[in-house]
Amino acid sequence: MSDTVSALQGAAFEGIARVEEAGLRGMVTFRGDLTAAKVKTAVKAASGVAIPGQRGIAMSGEGGAAAATGAAAATGAAAATGAAWMSPDELLILVPHAEADAAVATLNDKLSGTHFMAENVSDARAVFTVTGGKAREVIGKLAPVDMGAFGQGEIRRTRFAQVPAALWMHGEEAFTIVCFRSVADYMFGLLRAAAQEGSEVGVY
Amino acid sequence: MLILECPCCGVTGEETEFHGGGEAHLKRFGPGSADTDFENYLFMRENPKGVHLERWRHVNGCGKWFHVARCTVTLEIFGSYSAQTLEPPQEIKDAISAKRPGWSWRDFS
Ligand SMILES: [Zn+2]
Repeated sequence: MSDTVSALQGAAFEGIARVEEAGLRGMVTFRGDLTAAKVKTAVKAASGVAIPGQRGIAMSGEGGAAAATGAAAATGAAAATGAAWMSPDELLILVPHAEADAAVATLNDKLSGTHFMAENVSDARAVFTVTGGKAREVIGKLAPVDMGAFGQGEIRRTRFAQVPAALWMHGEEAFTIVCFRSVADYMFGLLRAAAQEGSEVGVY
Repeated sequence: MLILECPCCGVTGEETEFHGGGEAHLKRFGPGSADTDFENYLFMRENPKGVHLERWRHVNGCGKWFHVARCTVTLEIFGSYSAQTLEPPQEIKDAISAKRPGWSWRDFS
């Protein structure tokens, strides 16, 4: 198999916050009846966590010391598994990149005969982290979200300037952002500009 | 700028996170229908000064469609409600009546 690389291969920028392309993450889009017992069991088996509530994200192994910055964060997050509530009938299942196909297989196996969809979308996505005391400022400039009221355990789908994206917190003052791989360079440019030294607005 | 609440995911967001989908509660007239019905379905739209019912989609969000009751003059939002309905629920009608007594919109009032 070819050597899989992420869109920007770990590009990073240090300004009022640290912006980093976080490398490869395994992601499975799941659609189905999230209230069905069979679905709950299957998602738990594939993601290691129970289905989170509305706009919730449940991760195991993502926080702690690995929630710092740099390579440690990337390693910690890349090994984490979990699930995020994307809409009333949709979840994003997060696993290590190499295990995404296995997660799909688990779902297919456990939900055989049920109406659902599970698709490995890992390589259609790009992942960024924004960390540091001014991380909220950086995101607040780009997304129409009240970052003053945003906390851990929550996932927010929104837009960053002109592209759709989702964000959540993987630690104190540490944000993970997911967008389409095709706009990875645009997203990095946005974050880099918003994190320019001396550009803090002082709202958050 | 409109501030809309998506009833599907509970997010309260500003207009640019959503996309307008035109007038709400259109009844489709397809092949075999009378020409006037078909014409009305295709082309005739309300253009109210005041209370309006519209479809919106949470496009940069959960992706779901829903309905919104709002005022085209003040940009006030009376409420949002499920897309899976043929008319505004009573609580939405009540919310409109509280602020715009005597309102009407197509067959609703
Ligand atoms: Zn929504």
